[in-house]
Amino acid sequence: MTAEFGQISLILALVLALILATVPLIGAHRGNVRLMRLAPSLAVGHFVFAAFAYAALSWAFLQHDFSVTYVALHSNLLLPWPYRLSAVWGGHEGSLLLWILMLAGWMLAVVIFSRTLPRAFVTRVLAVMGMVSIGFLLFTLLTSNPFDRLLPGPPDGQDLNPLLQDPGMIFHPPLLYMGYVGFAVAFGFAIAGLLGGKVEREWVRWSRPWTLVAWSFLTAGITLGSWWAYYELGWGGWWFWDPVENASFIPWLIGTALIHSQAVTEKRGAFPAWTILLAIAAFSMSLLGTFLVRSGVLTSVHAFANDPERGLFILAFMGVVTGGALLLYALRAPRIMAGEGFGWMSRESMLLLNNVFFTVSAAMVLLGTLYPLIVDFMGWGQVSVGPPYFGAMFVLLMTPVVLLVPLGPFTRWKTDDGRRVLRALVSSAVVAIIAGMLVAWWLDAWSLRAVSGWIGGLWLIMGSFSYWRRHRRRGVIGLPRHQIGMILAHGGIGIFVIGVAMVESTTLERDLRIAPGETVEVSGLRFALEEVVPVKGPNWIAEEARFTVYRGDRIVDRLTPQKRRYHRSGQIMTQVALRPGLTRDLYIAMGEPLGDDGAWSMRIHVKPFVRWIWGGAFLLAFAGLISASDRRYWQTRRAERSASIPTESPAESVPT
Amino acid sequence: MTPTRRKRLALVSLIVLGVGSATAIAITAMNDAMRFSIGPSEVLAGEFPEGRQLRLGGLVAAGSVIRDENSLAVNFNVTDCINDIPVTYNGILPDLFREGQGVITHGQLAENGVFQAHEVLARHDEEYMPPEVDRALALAGGADMCKEHP
Repeated sequence: MTAEFGQISLILALVLALILATVPLIGAHRGNVRLMRLAPSLAVGHFVFAAFAYAALSWAFLQHDFSVTYVALHSNLLLPWPYRLSAVWGGHEGSLLLWILMLAGWMLAVVIFSRTLPRAFVTRVLAVMGMVSIGFLLFTLLTSNPFDRLLPGPPDGQDLNPLLQDPGMIFHPPLLYMGYVGFAVAFGFAIAGLLGGKVEREWVRWSRPWTLVAWSFLTAGITLGSWWAYYELGWGGWWFWDPVENASFIPWLIGTALIHSQAVTEKRGAFPAWTILLAIAAFSMSLLGTFLVRSGVLTSVHAFANDPERGLFILAFMGVVTGGALLLYALRAPRIMAGEGFGWMSRESMLLLNNVFFTVSAAMVLLGTLYPLIVDFMGWGQVSVGPPYFGAMFVLLMTPVVLLVPLGPFTRWKTDDGRRVLRALVSSAVVAIIAGMLVAWWLDAWSLRAVSGWIGGLWLIMGSFSYWRRHRRRGVIGLPRHQIGMILAHGGIGIFVIGVAMVESTTLERDLRIAPGETVEVSGLRFALEEVVPVKGPNWIAEEARFTVYRGDRIVDRLTPQKRRYHRSGQIMTQVALRPGLTRDLYIAMGEPLGDDGAWSMRIHVKPFVRWIWGGAFLLAFAGLISASDRRYWQTRRAERSASIPTESPAESVPT
Repeated sequence: MTPTRRKRLALVSLIVLGVGSATAIAITAMNDAMRFSIGPSEVLAGEFPEGRQLRLGGLVAAGSVIRDENSLAVNFNVTDCINDIPVTYNGILPDLFREGQGVITHGQLAENGVFQAHEVLARHDEEYMPPEVDRALALAGGADMCKEHP
């Protein structure tokens, strides 16, 4: 019965979304407070029913209700319970349900945290998000219903793809979706601003913390995905420029541009139209990402079974959302206030440059991702675009970004003197160059990539640090949170850059044949294969290789990679053995048995500084949350509410 | 023209110039990084650009996988059930590499007609068939042949 309850609550959520998207909007248009008052209650009800539907599906998984097709396809009696819960989003239908729940959750958050905003504005935001929800609810109910019955139910289900049976996979999709869907809030704020006819600075300030939070979740989600791919896929890579990865990376790039352009528009009122366009683009790219992943139009190493019809639905939906938003933009753009002027050397120019580089990068990734589709459509044959394209483009476009980032915060608004900015950063630059070369030499990583990575990374870290030292006031931290967030984020990129440069330039990889009793030496470490033994898990059996790693005569660690075979599906899986370290990871993955003497093919990697990649990226995500928690976003709202006339933000306490 | 306008014009042309040159570089980089998808029958017919990275898709022919005892070298045939192309690869094969299953290999065709693969990809999901493999089979008319001799 739970499945039917789930189905009914999903339909009820759709009904509420339909009302939410129309009635309060009419109220906002006519200034009818009674109609507008409906919006928060409708949004709460919408969340309750979405949550109920989600709980119903989870319950079906926990109870092994194999009469529900989706459960039968993604779970079985042997699956441990945490994976039964994460199996809810292990397939297409359930992941859509998760998407809907997230969207409903963001709407609930808007209801709770935006009580102080003008009623008409919040009403419009909720109505726009309700429209988005209608699209996804219709999509789920019409093309991908997770509650479809399979009668009579089979005694046992299929299997959750073993690749997804991993703790990283429990968190990766929800975080990613939180980010994707979170851009719907920024989108809602932008559209509400356009609908209201007055595009003022205020709505940009109101939407800033939301954008930051969404961006942080997206950052964390992508990072977790990269980490998961590293230890789960058994190739030892951390990024593959795969279409599915690109699908999440494009919204991230646009989102990064958006948080920077929002800063300009809020503080100086410059390029407001551009900020709106970016908000629309960020959410459109999230939808495009969903389309690319779900439609199967692109070959991807990640691709899971999918269905072109569903892709078509999302494409049509994306057309309506993006097309409608752009039409509204075109109609209202003339009414958007004109930006204030600024000089060549100014904070505005620096942030504009940031936007140029990030949007061009996003366009480049989009081009590379869609190019095979274009070529195929034109009948020029079938091609795929390999990682060298993306790699080359990124080095080209991100090198100036790395060089310019520390200059940005030091530059004053409106106009500044370039020499003053450079003088402030001379010591950071000198320290970065000397220390970078010394460290690279000391680590025996004397290659162009490693050296420039160290210099660039330290330049970012030192530049951010000297900003803090120069601008801090009394107290331990001495800066408002949104500035601390910025410093941490820019430092985080530095850590990330160092990690990437070291991994790409000095990784040692040995793919080799090794039999029990043999040893192999990689980068001063001896890897001895003691034996290969069979082991058993809850729903799999495996061959386990037992390695002892020595440095000289001292035992560094024992590593036990496995080759698993899952009972239910018979799928073979490589379980990597890792010894993580701050400056070096040891990584062993089993290949396959070779010959009669018990030999196996093995992949043994020594990866320096690979943790810095995810460390830096997680720091970015954390920094975004710190920024979003800044008091000024919340205090100014109260000030605005008490004042009958909107005034210039009074809380501009920071010297800029 | 007011100074503000002139500044704006300069800014816009700078952006256009930047985007333009980035696009030009992108297209050049793309040309080098592009891999052409082909099937075994197209290889035999010589229907592929020369000196390019190729992406050969098809099924791993049953009974064709030969492993070297003392190294990681492996030979197998990629088939569309009409024609076979011998492939040689030196490295670790993916978990789901199996005879009779879909596979994609990246590499180049050597003089002797053997495809030198430097990367071998198999699917991640039991139900998933790479579109290239489907297409290669359909193009050669091998899809039915494959069903007849599984």
